[in-house]
Formats: sequence, C-alpha cells, structure tokens
Amino acid sequence: MAVDDRRRKAERIRHLLETEGDSVRENTRVFNEGRYESTADLDDYEELKDEARAIKEDAIERLPELLDRVTEAVEANGGSVYLADDAADANRYITEVVDGRNVVKSKSMTSEEMDVNDALEESGADVRETDLAEFVLQVADEAPSHIVAPAIHKSREEIADLFNEVFDPEEPLETAEELTRFAREYLGEEILDAEVGMTGANFVAADTGTLALVTSEGNARKCVQATDTHVAVAGVEKVIPSVEDLRPFVELIGRSGTGQDLTSYVSLLTPPGDSPTFGGSGESGSPGDRDLEPGDDREFHLVLIDNGRMAMREDDDLRETLYCIRCSACANSCANFQHVGGHAFGGETYSGGIATGWEAGVHGQESAAEFNDLCTGCSRCVNQCPVKIDIPWINTVVRDRINRGTDGEFDFLVEGLTPDAEPGGLDPQKRLFGNFDTLARLGSAFAPVSNRIARSGPVRSLMERTLGVDRRRELPAFERETLVEWFEARGPRVSPDEARRTAALYPDAYTNYVRTERGKAAVRVLEALGVRVEVPAAGESGRAPLSQGMVSTARSNAEAVYEALAPSLAAGRDVVVIEPSDVAMFRGEYERLLPEDEHAALREDSYEVMEYVHGLLANGADADALAAGDGERIAYHSHCQQRTLGLEPHTVSVLEERGFDVATSDVECCGMAGSFGYKSEYYDLSVDVGESLVDQFTTDDTADRAVVASGTSCLEQLDALLSRRPAHPVRLLDAR
Amino acid sequence: MPTEPLATFESSLTEIGIELVRTTAEGFESALSPRLDAPAVGTPLPFAGVSLPDAVETDPTVADLEAARTGVTAAGYGVADYGSVVIRGGPAGEEPVSLYADEHVAVVAASDVLPDMEATFDRLAEDVREGTGRAVIATGPSATADMGALVKGAHGPMEVTVVLLEDR
Ligand code: SF4
Repeated sequence: MAVDDRRRKAERIRHLLETEGDSVRENTRVFNEGRYESTADLDDYEELKDEARAIKEDAIERLPELLDRVTEAVEANGGSVYLADDAADANRYITEVVDGRNVVKSKSMTSEEMDVNDALEESGADVRETDLAEFVLQVADEAPSHIVAPAIHKSREEIADLFNEVFDPEEPLETAEELTRFAREYLGEEILDAEVGMTGANFVAADTGTLALVTSEGNARKCVQATDTHVAVAGVEKVIPSVEDLRPFVELIGRSGTGQDLTSYVSLLTPPGDSPTFGGSGESGSPGDRDLEPGDDREFHLVLIDNGRMAMREDDDLRETLYCIRCSACANSCANFQHVGGHAFGGETYSGGIATGWEAGVHGQESAAEFNDLCTGCSRCVNQCPVKIDIPWINTVVRDRINRGTDGEFDFLVEGLTPDAEPGGLDPQKRLFGNFDTLARLGSAFAPVSNRIARSGPVRSLMERTLGVDRRRELPAFERETLVEWFEARGPRVSPDEARRTAALYPDAYTNYVRTERGKAAVRVLEALGVRVEVPAAGESGRAPLSQGMVSTARSNAEAVYEALAPSLAAGRDVVVIEPSDVAMFRGEYERLLPEDEHAALREDSYEVMEYVHGLLANGADADALAAGDGERIAYHSHCQQRTLGLEPHTVSVLEERGFDVATSDVECCGMAGSFGYKSEYYDLSVDVGESLVDQFTTDDTADRAVVASGTSCLEQLDALLSRRPAHPVRLLDAR
Repeated sequence: MPTEPLATFESSLTEIGIELVRTTAEGFESALSPRLDAPAVGTPLPFAGVSLPDAVETDPTVADLEAARTGVTAAGYGVADYGSVVIRGGPAGEEPVSLYADEHVAVVAASDVLPDMEATFDRLAEDVREGTGRAVIATGPSATADMGALVKGAHGPMEVTVVLLEDR
C-alpha cells in the first residue's frame, strides 16, 4: 500500500473513531451482553447450532433442486417466482411489477445489495423505508453500518436533530419515545397510501413456499398486510427444505444478534393467503374510509437473486458464507467493529465479520479489499456464529486472493528477508510481518546492534514510510541468546526415570527470540512438576504469514513445524505451547494446512502451558513445588484465541490454587493482535481498542494489581499502554 | 392438559412483562371488559360458548383500525417456553386487528398451549399444509431500539394481554 493510501486510511479510521465509535460501542455492548445471557439460557445451544448448520449445509448442497421445489410450491399457491441472475436483472423485473406505484419497504439487505430503491425511483416510483433505522438513514441519505441495526452509528441526539431539521415538527422531538411515535405516524400514512409492499425474507421453506420474516417493529407485517401486491426479494441461499427446518433458526437468530430470546414477530407467510388487505388507494376521498377487502387475489412475487451466490457455492472456501443467517453476532463480537463500526468495516452493502465473504462473493474482491485487513483473526466471532462459520478463515482466504492480485513498489526492501512462497508484488508490509521468523532470527543474531539500529530515528522513519510500521510503536528487542540455544547449553534437569511425563516445549518465534524469559520460566515450572522437558528447534507456526493472508507460506511453516515436532509426537511426548495463538493454530487452522493425520496428532497431543500445568496438578503433581501467591493481587488478561478455545479458566484456576487473588478482564481483544498494532494505518484503532482493556485495569479494584497476560501481543499492548510491566502467568509460578 | 406448560407459559409471560388473565368461558366477558379501552375492534372467537361483547367492532374499516385502542383476536396457540402467541391470519382480519390497535388482547385456549418451539413448528407446518396463509409468532409488544433507547410500540401494539380460557 502506498504511503498516501495508508495515511488516508488512518485518517478515515480516526474520523470514524471520533464520530461514530461511541454509539457503535455502546449499542454493540448491549447486544453482546444480551447474547451471552440469552444463549446461556438455552440448554441445547450447541445442539441447536449443529442442527442449524446441518440444515444449511444440506440446503446449499441441494440448492438447485430446492429452487425448483420452491418455484413449484409458490406457483401452485398462485404466486410467481423470478430467479434473477444479478442485480440488474432483478431490478428490471421488480420495476416492471411495481410499474410506477408507491412502494413501502421493510428492511432487506438483499435489496440494498441490488440498489433497488435507485432503480425504482428512476422509473418514477416512490419508495419509502419503513424500518425505523432504515427510515432514519433514508432521511439522512446515509448507508447502513450494521446488518441488523443499520443506524447503530447514530445517537438519539443526532436523530432528533435530523428529524427536527427535516420535518420541522411543532414541538421539537427529543426522547426516543417521541421520535418513535413521530416516525410511526409518518410512516403509518405512507403505508396506507402505498400499493406495493416490499420485504426481504430471512428464510424460505421450499416445500410449501413459506417465507419467514423475523422482525420486531411490525412494519414488515404492515407493509404486506396493507398493500395488495407483495414483492419479496432474497438471495437464493435463503431457501431451506421445509417449514419444520425453521425452528432452530428462529430460536437462534434473535439471541445471536440483539440478544432477544425471540424477536417480537416471526411471521410465516405463505402468499397470497386470505388475510384482508386495504385494497385500492382511497378513491372515495380519505384513505381511512376504506373497508377491509378480501386478500385472496393479492399479487405475490418472490424474486430470488443469484448475484454471484451460485459461484460461491462452487468455491470451497467461500461456500460457508452462504450458511450465514445475517444475525450480526460476528460484527457485534468483533473488537475492531465495536470501535469503528460498519462504515469502516464493510463494503458496498455488508459490514462486520462475515462481510468480507459476502462482498467478495457478490461484489468482487475489490469491494472486500478496503476493509478485509480489519479482521485480526482473533476468532472471537467463531463461537458466536449460530451456524459455526469459520469467519477468520474466510477473511484469510480473501486476503490471500487480494494479495495475489496487487503489485507493490518497495519489494526490494524486504527481498532476502522473505523466503516465502508468495507471488511477486505482494505488499512489502505484509511480506515483512508474514516473515517474522526470519526477521527475528536475523535480529537475534545481530543483537544488540540490530535493536539499536531498529530503534534509531532514521530507520524508524524509513520503516514507517516504506513499510508502514508506525514509529509510535516500540519494536520488540531481540535477545542475543535464543531459548533453544539456552536450553541446548543447559540440558534437561529431570532424568528420564523420575519423569512424570516428557514434553516438548514449542519455542514460538517470540518466545525463542524476544521473550525468552517466559520460555525459561515455563521450562523450570514444568520441571518442578516432574516433567522432563526438551526444546526442539521448531520454527514459526505460520500464524504470522497467515495473518497477512499468505496461505502458502503458512502451509510451508506448518509443514516444517510438524516435521520438527514429529519425533517427539512419535515418541508419545506431549507438546506444550506457550503462545495461545499457536495452540489455536495447532488445533484449528492446521486442519486446513496439513494432512489429516498430522493435524490430528498435533491436535490431540498439544496443550497450552497453563492448561498443561492444570492437568498435571489435577493428576497429582505437587503444587507446592511452584511459587506461592500469598494473596498477591493480580489483574489477568486472557487472550482472544485462548478464550475461544475455552482455556482461560485453567490459568485462573491454577493461579488461584497457588494463592493469587485474580481479577480478569472481559474485553474481547487487546487490540494489538500480532502485527496489526504496528501498522501505521491501524495504530490509532489498535490503541483505541487497547484503551478499553486499560480502563478495566485502572479501576479502583485493579489499579494496584500486577498485570498478567497470556498472549504475546497482549503483553506488548499492555506494556505500551500501562506503566506496570506485564508478565506471562507462567512466570508467577516460577519458584526460582 | 398437564398443568406444567401452563405454569411455564405464565412465568414466561411475566418475564416479558405481559399480563396473563386466567378465566373460563363463562367468566370471559367479565374478565375482558375491564381490559377493553374504547374504541375496540375484534374478530369473532372460535371457542364454544365464548363471544365478544357488542361494544367490539368486528367488521372494522381502515379508519376503525387506525383509531382502535384495543384489538381482540383469538390466538391459534401459545408457546409456553417463550410466552408467545401464534396469530393465524384469516379472512376475518386477525392480522390487522392484532397489529393496529394500541393494545392487543390475545385469547387462547388452555388446551392450545404448546410446550416449546419444536411442538410449535410441527403444528405450524401442519397449518401451512392445510392452507393457513399467514401465521405470526408474536412475543410481547412491538418494539424498537433504533431511536436510541428501547421503546415499546413501534409500528404495532405497545401492550399485549393474554386471556387464557382454562376450560377450553
Ligand atoms: S457469519 Fe454467522 S455470526 Fe456472522 S452474521 Fe452470519 S450467521 Fe451471524
């Protein structure tokens, strides 16, 4: 990325942090709390998610057949189905159906994707959004910033100002209640005057042609009820086999999105249906004088749009995107989204976690490129997704594809540092961070000179200009002696006969070259518990290149790691990992990078270090061999991937068992996220996210606690933002 | 009818802030009348021995709907786990009557309270296949948080009351 582009991007992010960040953060916080509470109430949450996913997998697999099915069913009921290739095709059809009449619309992201409002207005029709948030945006002439709550970036005060200015009511509007009443009345009249009701569809049951609409306000019901022509638009992926299949989705969608057990209305419409309509448009004077008219000859059009979806279905990496039910949990649970919102975190239509997949599929990679890097791969969204989509993986794959399509200009600078398998022209910044292992090896070999040079003003400014490494961020200082070298010289201290177990401690690049002290502490702690430790020279896990979208480099790293650890695995040893994001690689992403048996071996036999300690203690190891906390007060920040894997409780429990008084953070992410916080275009955002964590560690209860964190990035971030120097928890247990 | 779903139904309704009025066919009118704010609209009730008082307009015009303070309809069934009622739309106008008035009073027979969503969707599927064109699982009043705070009564009713016919 050119230096100007970086600066422009940083400016835009700063602007959004200032103008929209607060509203988005407050609103997503409410959604998240609701989601945690509401899903905890579900006894069979995991089973429901599995069920939902299985239905979507099956439906997408059989999609062509289901499309035939739904067409037959709708036509048998007297409605029509139009399968549109793309937006232009759908708009042409809808414009013909509407034929210049007044349209009232309920919220539909698919119709945003098609820009149907523009097409209709060009043809002379009036289109009114009736969802209150969409109405606000229509009045403000702004784009949605969230797939469920499109005006999430606007505060009540801003909406009040907008309405007072545009509508000039007798009494200025102020409270949420007043604003809602005003909009209800205003839109109520528009609905009475309209002849066409347009809706989306959350789901379409193929066997009966039934649409499911999930709403809270009741406007979708009114739009359909009051008018005598109903046009429903939806992506082809919304079709599921039968009405019964709706059930898991109905129980999951509201909980996952806004944290409601159930939204106020789940409407099942099998149009045309016989519910009465308001019929003609009030020729007899006031529209209110009209009688209810029989609804049986209502006109119904179901427009199902492909727009790239059938191609996504053929794409092994993008296919999962089609399982998405647009609940917004991935956006709400995303730390970066919480701070900047969908105007930074989205493309032409979709925003938030899964937006990359949607934008890449329906609008092409360019639309996704703009915001794709905002996903740090922290994985906090993965467990929140009701259909278990591996959203970070989709983001990684799209990043990889974007990498392959660009050309860079400063390639020579990192040439030689980059023994990677990536295409020429890959952004040098990505290339630099993606090859951290090599960088660290050189840095360590030339330490401390390399550290001094890297910190010097001219070098920092060159790095900022050419590689986008923000000069405000302190660079890691490489140790002269690596952990592997230290251990080689020292040797194991537990003999094979007295060993309770034997473990290979995986020396991730950071531990090996930068924070060797935590590696040494881990060795001593394990030995104190009777474990014979070895430290094989295994390189970087592939996390660094993966986070830059350099999938093939990540794959070769993974292969090398497996090769280095294979003898230990073959000998039945455990693999102990200090860095949580590497445990996450071994258990998760390696499935995509290694042959199944190799991944299985690593998945089964690798442990996060504190998880391992916890297991040793549970199996009779002597806890007294570890340092005692004696009531020491500490503030602990787990790590996002560690929490996704459910590993946080082990650390807390071990520390408590040793007598530490532990307070924990509950923010989604530290904001540093590997290389993210070094990049000049994202530095401000990284710090803004980090401030939320700092807030939690500077309260009355936490301000005097020693700070402990599991992840490398989290340690760096806390180190930069707090005056207390943070440590890895294993160091607290080190008795020496 | 085992009492358990009814107890769950009641506590779910309480949780979402909805009053449950327990009555019988005989007591129906006197249970309903204090809850009828005029003008009221309604649709004929399908329960034997139960009918709406004369004050309720059962053949409303659009203007009547717009002006209505109370709208009374039958609910096809209730969902105990969630405190939901299922409004089946039909030619009598259950859909608009339940939607336009400020307060919706849903009348449900005790024997039609289903335990959970699984039972509900089995029943809904059956209904759809038998020709019910429209069914709304309604849970609480309409609501929005789009204007900066949670407001009850967005486009639909701001209040809901459920009347349970214990002997039906
Ligand atoms: S990807 Fe999953 S979490 Fe995100 S909107 Fe789609 S269904 Fe919801």
